[in-house]
Amino acid sequence: MKRRDYLKNIGFTSLGMAVLGPEVKAAELLEQQKPIKKGAKVASAKSDDIKIPGGRTKDEAIRDAKLMAEKFFTEHEMKTITILVDIIIPADGKSGSASQAGVPAFIEFIAKDRPSEFKTPLRGGLRWLDSQSIKRFSKDFVGITPQQRIEIVEDIAYPANAKPQFSQGVSFFSLMRNLTATGFFSSEMGIKDIGYEGNRPNQWDGVPEDVLKQYGLSYE
Amino acid sequence: MFDFQIKENNTVFDVVIVGSGAGGGMAAHELTKAGAKVCVLEAGQPFDPADPKNITQLKWPYESPRRGAGTTRPFGDFDAAYGGWEIEGEPYTRAAGTKFDWFRSRMVGGRTNHWGRISLRFGPDDFRRKSIDGLGDDWPIGYDDVKPYYDRLDKMVGIFGTVEGLRNEPDGIFLPPPKQRLHELMLQKSNKRLGIPTIPSRLSILTKPINNDRGQCFYCNQCGRSCQAYADFSSSSVLIKPALKTGNLTMITYAMAREVLTDPTTGLATGVSYVSTLDMQEYTVRGKIVILAASAGETARLLLNSKSARFPQGLGNSSGIVGRYINDSTGASRSAIIPALFDRKRYNEDGVGGMHVYTPWWGDNKKLDFARGYHIEYWGGMGMPAYGFGWGIEGINGSFPTREGITKAAGGYGASLKDDYRRFYGAYVGMAGRGEPIPLESNYCEIDPNVVDKFGIPVLRFHYKWSEHEINQAKHMQDTFEQIIHELGGIALGAKPGADRNYGLEDPGKIIHEVGTARMGNDPNKSVLNKHCQAHDVKNLFVADAAPFVSQGDKNATWTIMALSMRTSEYIINEVKKKNL
Repeated sequence: MKRRDYLKNIGFTSLGMAVLGPEVKAAELLEQQKPIKKGAKVASAKSDDIKIPGGRTKDEAIRDAKLMAEKFFTEHEMKTITILVDIIIPADGKSGSASQAGVPAFIEFIAKDRPSEFKTPLRGGLRWLDSQSIKRFSKDFVGITPQQRIEIVEDIAYPANAKPQFSQGVSFFSLMRNLTATGFFSSEMGIKDIGYEGNRPNQWDGVPEDVLKQYGLSYE
Repeated sequence: MFDFQIKENNTVFDVVIVGSGAGGGMAAHELTKAGAKVCVLEAGQPFDPADPKNITQLKWPYESPRRGAGTTRPFGDFDAAYGGWEIEGEPYTRAAGTKFDWFRSRMVGGRTNHWGRISLRFGPDDFRRKSIDGLGDDWPIGYDDVKPYYDRLDKMVGIFGTVEGLRNEPDGIFLPPPKQRLHELMLQKSNKRLGIPTIPSRLSILTKPINNDRGQCFYCNQCGRSCQAYADFSSSSVLIKPALKTGNLTMITYAMAREVLTDPTTGLATGVSYVSTLDMQEYTVRGKIVILAASAGETARLLLNSKSARFPQGLGNSSGIVGRYINDSTGASRSAIIPALFDRKRYNEDGVGGMHVYTPWWGDNKKLDFARGYHIEYWGGMGMPAYGFGWGIEGINGSFPTREGITKAAGGYGASLKDDYRRFYGAYVGMAGRGEPIPLESNYCEIDPNVVDKFGIPVLRFHYKWSEHEINQAKHMQDTFEQIIHELGGIALGAKPGADRNYGLEDPGKIIHEVGTARMGNDPNKSVLNKHCQAHDVKNLFVADAAPFVSQGDKNATWTIMALSMRTSEYIINEVKKKNL
């Protein structure tokens, strides 16, 4: 039986309990499976016609849909965020850039999801960056050249070496670095890049032989 | 219009159980198997880990818009606990100057759906601490009284581990343990040099199938999400589901218990009243026997709220001990980075959900400035990235030269930074102590006279302060963690927590092992329950969660909750047969 078919069957049993024996189920899971993508974004935040994605409670689904429908960052702010995340994690020989991995959309969501933690530091930080840019180059951060952007970034990217007058910029950049790394490496692209090989049914039989040898270890 | 008419159910059940977690699930399982007609009230929603509506297992972080962050669920979007330390409309309070955080899961199976599956038996010493160090009290029962139930539990539920012959860490009937991960092999080797024992964990996860109802572990590391193959222990799948199959169980979900009802003449329990959280109507369910297994906190709250002319201090509380002696495990932790693991080879090392090795207590408290021990849990390895990944790299990447031997300024950006994340991936380890506190009468929960929840039920107010024993124990943990990290060749991260932060000792309630609010004892003036977990004051009222615990050892409570619940169920069956109940 294909996974899709038995998932369909499960839906029709009473009490929502699986008809198949768990062994069959485990065996099915052991087949290489593609993860089931979450359904399309819920357009409406109304609680009566809410579509509850698998694994969410009703209250959570309502909250998520409401956040999805809101917009926090302005178009200009999103442009600035996109430029910044790609400065922090650019494309290289192994994988694409942060924006290609969808990091700006993640930052937009997490700001709405954890407003007291992120909204003001991010909005204020972006303003700080623009005012710094205008002060130096008479244009906002989006409007200046890539070389000029790096000139500012160099002043705020190294917490231990930064001049005291840039301390607020340093805090903002560190926050952006954290959010960018988290957003990138938890994306499909980033997980492939980092080389995480799990999240699939398998039989764990210990550390590979060559790795044991590399570290001079053994199973007694 | 709000209709406050109480709806009576005409059925009189043999047993009404409040709560469907480890204790309630076990009682339901044992009693329905024996033929009793049982009703279980569960405050939360239905939950079956194999129901696609509930499954989060094998989902990827990017299937969550917050990448699995713990915004709405404290342990993250994929964790199988619907609830947390704060639940809207269900408050609790704390007395000024004291702390307690109370974790509740509102779902069938309760907190067993997401728990760590660490299934340690209490040892012989754990039942008689007062005889050893003069603090707290001895249990009215000993290891030999509970051992037969631990044995049955091991076979029925399944647990892996190794026979070690350690006196106060009794061996069980074990399935084979999973092999150690790389950092766990390293820890075993370096801890050995320090004389710190590091042995295979004892987790209730099926490394081999044990029956036709449950599958075998497929090593995804996600027990916290609850297993759709039923390969780990959750009360929902392992106890409630088979109990339903007997046809003897009536499961009522969304049922928030208000109070235990009693007969004013006989003083016996007659049932339980509850609010349906779906329609906000009041209901009662009647039973010949009532078992409270709502969690140590909720059970105390129910007893204290069940006031009547005959029981003015609350039910079963003629001693005034209900709510007293609440205690949670101590907890403190530290993490580190191991340069030897930089740029390590990638392979799937998910393993089971949790650590494959742990450190049981090895010290001699007679030579230390704290009375009770702790065990150490470890984490590390090439885990699935999620929210929080890479956070704080500016505190690390300036401290270690690159592959080319260049020391960079900390922080940074660009291709070189991107490469740092790859280099450090899988090189982190962490460890956490989980220790035994001294149960104190001065630590307690009571009914807050001024506050009710959204159902109009008076809420708990906690009074809890750590004593010097717990603080000194946390100091010892921190010193030990530094030794372990140093011997492992690691660099400890962050500042070592000092006296100003109680050595990193977590606030009470944070470890989610609260026990002791209706303790057992032979003296009805000093305890709530007798040695069968039967109320001294009300013979058809029993408690089957962690409330009866006299102390909690440095062992996680669940295995003992279930063994005691099994033992209490057997006692009930025998007493009914003898017509004593």
